[in-house]
Amino acid sequence: MNYKINKKGFYGEFGGAYIPELLRRNIDELENAYLDILESKDFKSEYARLLDNYVGRPTPLTFARNLSAKYQTQIYLKREDLNHTGAHKINNTIGQILLAKHLGKKRIIAETGAGQHGVATATVCALFGLECVVHMGALDIERQAPNVARMQMLGATVIPSTSGNQTLKDATNEAIRDWIANPHSFYLIGSVVGPHPYPDMVSRLQSIISEEIKEQLAKEQGRQNPDCVIACVGGGSNAAGAFYHFIDEKEVDLIAVEAAGKGIDTSETAATITIGTTGFIHGSKTLLMQDDDGQIIEPYSISAGLDYPGVGPIHAHLAKTGRVKYISATDEDALIAAKVLAINEGIIPALESAHALAALDKMQFKKDEVIVVIVSGRGDKDMETYMNHF
Amino acid sequence: MQVTSTYHLMNRIDHLFQNKKQNILSIYFPAGYPNLNDTVPNLELLQNSGVDMVEIGIPFSDPLADGSAIQAAAKQALDNGMKLRLLFEQLKSVRKTVSMPLILMGYWNTIYNYGVENFLKDCGKVGIDGLIVPDLPLEEFELHYKADFAKYGIYNVLLACPETEEIRLQKLISSTQGFLYLVSSSATTGGSIKVNEKQKNYFDRIKQIETPSLIGFGINNKASFEYTCQYANGAIVGTAFIKALEKNIATSFIEDIK
Repeated sequence: MNYKINKKGFYGEFGGAYIPELLRRNIDELENAYLDILESKDFKSEYARLLDNYVGRPTPLTFARNLSAKYQTQIYLKREDLNHTGAHKINNTIGQILLAKHLGKKRIIAETGAGQHGVATATVCALFGLECVVHMGALDIERQAPNVARMQMLGATVIPSTSGNQTLKDATNEAIRDWIANPHSFYLIGSVVGPHPYPDMVSRLQSIISEEIKEQLAKEQGRQNPDCVIACVGGGSNAAGAFYHFIDEKEVDLIAVEAAGKGIDTSETAATITIGTTGFIHGSKTLLMQDDDGQIIEPYSISAGLDYPGVGPIHAHLAKTGRVKYISATDEDALIAAKVLAINEGIIPALESAHALAALDKMQFKKDEVIVVIVSGRGDKDMETYMNHF
Repeated sequence: MQVTSTYHLMNRIDHLFQNKKQNILSIYFPAGYPNLNDTVPNLELLQNSGVDMVEIGIPFSDPLADGSAIQAAAKQALDNGMKLRLLFEQLKSVRKTVSMPLILMGYWNTIYNYGVENFLKDCGKVGIDGLIVPDLPLEEFELHYKADFAKYGIYNVLLACPETEEIRLQKLISSTQGFLYLVSSSATTGGSIKVNEKQKNYFDRIKQIETPSLIGFGINNKASFEYTCQYANGAIVGTAFIKALEKNIATSFIEDIK
């Protein structure tokens, strides 16, 4: 089975570039350049240097002693929460900003939901002295004031998206419209979504997560491959990065956890793969949440980083082929898992990451198995939600 | 194969461009707007006002190539209860009163969700002449859907824009059906025509195109209509007409622009 992207930008039947002609030239420019740039010596050394001395990589692979005892197995945590700006998002923004620089772009456009990708983009724009425009749903701006302030302090302009439901989906629409109106800008997308080549480009940039896991596990356990990798999925960038180097390693079980919200049998959910159907969103053929008229449904999750109505086409393909098992965790499951991690390991995870941790309660492990859970981000941004619940 | 009587021997779009070379006025509005059952009355009003062609928008929750005015109108139509199935129901007898070419403009997700062949069949049945689907790439159309479009007599109208490179433009010219939709500037719908050097160069470039063509995006009054008509066979007005519909001045708006 081939899980990789093909030359036309498809993962099996999913992916592609379903874009208006208005974006054709931009997408062609990127598609023609991205692999050469990503594989060039200059890019690789600059990317590695920044990940090392600016982002703070490699991030630790922490053996979770108490959690392991609780679940009677060997659990490791991949600590993306310890990255600069608090999540895995910056692995991608560092890479894309270098790409934008290689292409000679001066103005950067990004979309953001909770503000994590917006902050990571504003950060690298400040570092490279580039103009930064972040589109954010008007409703999200109200809900995520601290991240708005961070972006502004970093010098970014935050533009409220007032169309549609005023959340991530609409911010993405507005970012794409901005790109149409300003074709010489660079669109710095935040997940493995959007038209080809974005899903592949972002997967590659996040693949540092699984690259490091292999090296770190070899030192810890004398073998590169764990028995199981667990990550949360919204658009799916941290999961894509965490699975990347294990996809062809058959003995590694890959588990992705979607946000069930209040339950997959309710209308308030974001479990795209569990309940979605094939369609087109933001330039990509993938699974998405839509009604019987083909209108895209606004998702719901307690975690702002997981409430996207689509999912990266790589995940649609990994689900369809059965290579990755997609399960879901409710708001309640995630809150409990966050508390369990905090009390047992002294780590407060982001609500997104708490969904991955919630999988531990739903699974059976053997004592000598090695399980890696991706802690994609830290919980500082979610303290208000946690305070309201505990 | 027998040609069924439902389909015209000549597509109405071809007929229009054969008989009229200049100042063709095409109007866009979303189905089910401003009220759910306004679709056909709007079409009759436009025909009676002397409009040459109409693009009926299929309302979509996430219209990427459209500006805020059209998205808001589409949202209102959806809130009114507009659905694609209902649109075909509304258009069932439209050919009894409306003879001008009719185009459906929509996004690929809605059409794919409906079932592409079903959709084309229903278009053929009610007398639709062409489709404008901004996010259906030409390559995908040619690979998978060209034969089905032809089978039901539906044209696939392509868009080109100022950023379109020459080699791509030639490909679009040779592949479009009916006419080429020339986007006036690098923007979504609902802007205005800015007369500057770059714009002028683009318009001079498209004036050379021999394939029937219409200019759209940003045409909002008589002046911009007349200006763009110098460079193509006519122009398309969308957002400005939607605003006129809102104010209940649709007829006088058309009279003013023509």
